[in-house]
Amino acid sequence: MYIDPHIHMVSRTTDDYARMAVAGCVAVTEPAFWAGFDRSSPAGFQDYFRQLTETEPRRAAAYGIRHHSWICINPKEAEDHGFAREVMSMIPAFLERPNVLGVGEIGLNRNSRTELAVFEEHLEIAAKHNALVLIHTPHLEDKLKGTRLILDAIRAHGKLDPARILVDHVEEHTVRLVLERGFWAGMTLYPDTKCTAARAVDIIEMHGTNRIWINSAGDWGHSDPLAVPKAVLSMRARGHTAADIHKISFDNPRAFLSQSKNFSAEPLRPTVA
Amino acid sequence: MSTPAGTPPLDRKALIDLGFIEARAKVLDIAAFLDRLDRAGGDATPDFRVEAIRAALRIALETSPARAERILKSWSDPTTEPAARADGKAARGVHPTPKT
Ligand SMILES: [Zn+2]
Repeated sequence: MYIDPHIHMVSRTTDDYARMAVAGCVAVTEPAFWAGFDRSSPAGFQDYFRQLTETEPRRAAAYGIRHHSWICINPKEAEDHGFAREVMSMIPAFLERPNVLGVGEIGLNRNSRTELAVFEEHLEIAAKHNALVLIHTPHLEDKLKGTRLILDAIRAHGKLDPARILVDHVEEHTVRLVLERGFWAGMTLYPDTKCTAARAVDIIEMHGTNRIWINSAGDWGHSDPLAVPKAVLSMRARGHTAADIHKISFDNPRAFLSQSKNFSAEPLRPTVA
Repeated sequence: MSTPAGTPPLDRKALIDLGFIEARAKVLDIAAFLDRLDRAGGDATPDFRVEAIRAALRIALETSPARAERILKSWSDPTTEPAARADGKAARGVHPTPKT
């Protein structure tokens, strides 16, 4: 039994839901993200947010998987500040939907001034609505600088409790910064560009099992929707106890996510569509 | 944790048994990648990405700990100020400024 707390199911097939259910997935959370192309209007986001809050929960329920979402405009589409503000004005209404956990995945992509300004405006929305926050840290050579800018911006904003913020896509050079300041840390298991399962297990061995989770971030790119159960297998091969494995793959995401009343990992009877 | 922080549950011998063949394959892939570039035509000016891999291999051979963390840092953008504008959507993998 496991939770994949960061996966983009709009990009995955129904067969992936079936495979994940067979592998023991009982709940997922899906942050709003970039679709691989820029949407041409804010109305495109309105439709996307409906997909995240209406269509995907039904598709997941057919396989007994509970589906939850996070709402935002992703930093990859935030370079046009006016456009981003129009999309952000839609967020509060969607935060009221029954499967929405909070604001995410917000953060930085190329560490630009506009991305940072849009990030700070998202933090303000989260503070105003007392919402949980899921943060995307930049890729590759931009990650270390971006993680520092993000953590400093949250500190300067000052209205949000780090225990209600998860900073995702940490690697060896950023995990300590995130955990030391009291945030939750997410490790993304990605074939080439983030953590491999072996390195994620290394990080758990070095930094412990508190306030940390693993996710697949499975999306339309090169990624694996079964990355979490495969990492569980790696932890077993590396001699970790069943209790530690359950903590990383189930108890920790449940503890963080249950800070929203809308999260549940209770068994769900499959309702085949 | 059931073991002291930083100490893997498996000992060195067990970890070698578990990871050796995969590490062996990855070393060969890197060597073959560099060989392939030597055989190829085209611009022979050093590419900052390949130079960054060569520098990382030197870090990997050091005896001090946290090699993976130090390699990631060596590839990272060392600046601290936000960029005036996003320079395209995709990062390249290593920062182009040569490190001293
Ligand atoms: Zn994502």
